[in-house]
Amino acid sequence: MRLLLTYSFSSLSSHIHAWLISSMGDGMAALVAEMVIVGISLIVFLVPLCFFLGYMERKVAAFMQLRLGPNRVGPKGSMQIVADTVKLLFKEGLTPTASDKFLFNLAPVIVVVTSMLVMAPIAFAKDFQIWDLSIGVLYVTSISSIAVIGILMAGWSSYNKYSLLGAMRSGAQIVSYELSIGLSILSVIVLTGSLKMSDIVMSQQNGWWIFKGHLPMWISFVIFVIASTAEINRAPFDLTEAEQELTAGFHTEYSGMKFAMFLLSEYINLFVVSAIAATLFLGGWMPFHIGHWELFNHIMDFIPSSIWFMGKTFFIIFIIMQFRWTFPRLRVDQLLTLEWKYLLPISMVNILLATLIAIMGWHF
Amino acid sequence: MEKLTNRYVQINRDPMTFGEKIYIPAIAKGLSITLSHIFRKKATVSYPEQKRPFSPVYRGLHILNRDEEGRERCTACGLCALACPAEAITMEAAERKPGEEHLYREEKYAAKYEINMLRCIFCGYCEEACPKDAVYLSETLMPSNYTRQSFIYKKEDLLIPEHKKQDDK
Repeated sequence: MRLLLTYSFSSLSSHIHAWLISSMGDGMAALVAEMVIVGISLIVFLVPLCFFLGYMERKVAAFMQLRLGPNRVGPKGSMQIVADTVKLLFKEGLTPTASDKFLFNLAPVIVVVTSMLVMAPIAFAKDFQIWDLSIGVLYVTSISSIAVIGILMAGWSSYNKYSLLGAMRSGAQIVSYELSIGLSILSVIVLTGSLKMSDIVMSQQNGWWIFKGHLPMWISFVIFVIASTAEINRAPFDLTEAEQELTAGFHTEYSGMKFAMFLLSEYINLFVVSAIAATLFLGGWMPFHIGHWELFNHIMDFIPSSIWFMGKTFFIIFIIMQFRWTFPRLRVDQLLTLEWKYLLPISMVNILLATLIAIMGWHF
Repeated sequence: MEKLTNRYVQINRDPMTFGEKIYIPAIAKGLSITLSHIFRKKATVSYPEQKRPFSPVYRGLHILNRDEEGRERCTACGLCALACPAEAITMEAAERKPGEEHLYREEKYAAKYEINMLRCIFCGYCEEACPKDAVYLSETLMPSNYTRQSFIYKKEDLLIPEHKKQDDK
């Protein structure tokens, strides 16, 4: 029990690091080996995660619609998504004759690689993150906007009007919603004074920003969740896919493994935006502490930091999934009106308020 | 005008107030509804394990009835075929030989009795037309199959299995 409580990912990673240095020397070889290990473990983490998210999405959808959801394959239907993946693997990967073959095959790779790259600065647990670079949050926002290139590429190269329409909508949507995401992130940065993920988490040691930062943080949290739902093209902002009107939009023409890659990136993106929201507003892996309740705080400290992080992330994932089954899809003009006429001005005022709080030191 | 149900709601077409325009209360209400659904009873009937009872007037797959002594009731009169609007029923009559009295109730019986289930519309007119209470529509669903030929149900498929004697019932 004692071992379990003291066990942490950071000690594991530092052990592996020390072992690699001792066996390979402090050179290029150890660095490359470390990168390979990180890459493999990321994939090993992401694929079951996406399986779980797919299962969770279907179960949440079912429960909200008073259905049972998948319940045949495996215990409680948990193997359903594995069966679906095996089916996708065996399907023929069609490439339309009129399509631009090179771009068509490149697009899913770009989309997946982008969403995997964004995982780099996320702090999964105490002292456990792939790359704690000094511009962490900026890196996340800049890399995630590359995804739109992949989507545009997929829509353009499919040579299909629905795909192209979906991709164009996606372009407009992602470019506009990035603004309010950026501004709501910026309001946290103003209070933290650092772009580094570990600094942002450490700044929330005595309370999460959503509690410390008063009303402006609440507003920017809500704006962040709304805008990131739009950013990852999920309902009610799923105009890019719009099953009913555009027959799945930019990935209409994709099948088999390439389609699975789009699906994979969709779930990775869902995880990433939730993880970032959890890091910025809900304190990342920081346990929940209430002022001077020493006993309560001590009990909370016993819960491992990775559990805290995952719990917060999955809470936000659940909320975003709930959005999908609650709200009707917005029209294109409503989508852009919401962003340019409401969210953007609100977040601009909000960042001023956040700055005021930071200057006056009203946060604790 | 008289209302058809007591569930009608007068739609409010007033212009939206500021509170309604910011949508926040509506969003919260919507989210609470979907959240409450998680804890509600599910409407699903897990079919092969649970089956919903049929209505008492349900018209399913046909059966050919037997009398109390286990003899076929059908006399191949052809009234069911005549009544059938889809022309799904065909039959051939045959005369009962001496010594077959335990098999057939009357002197004439159906040597061949076929219902094409792809034509049948399950209207139940055959059941109504039958003077001998021989053909009935049961509460069974028609099973799916691969060939068209297998949807033409022969007499063996339609006859209810012969139980030994009625007294064991």
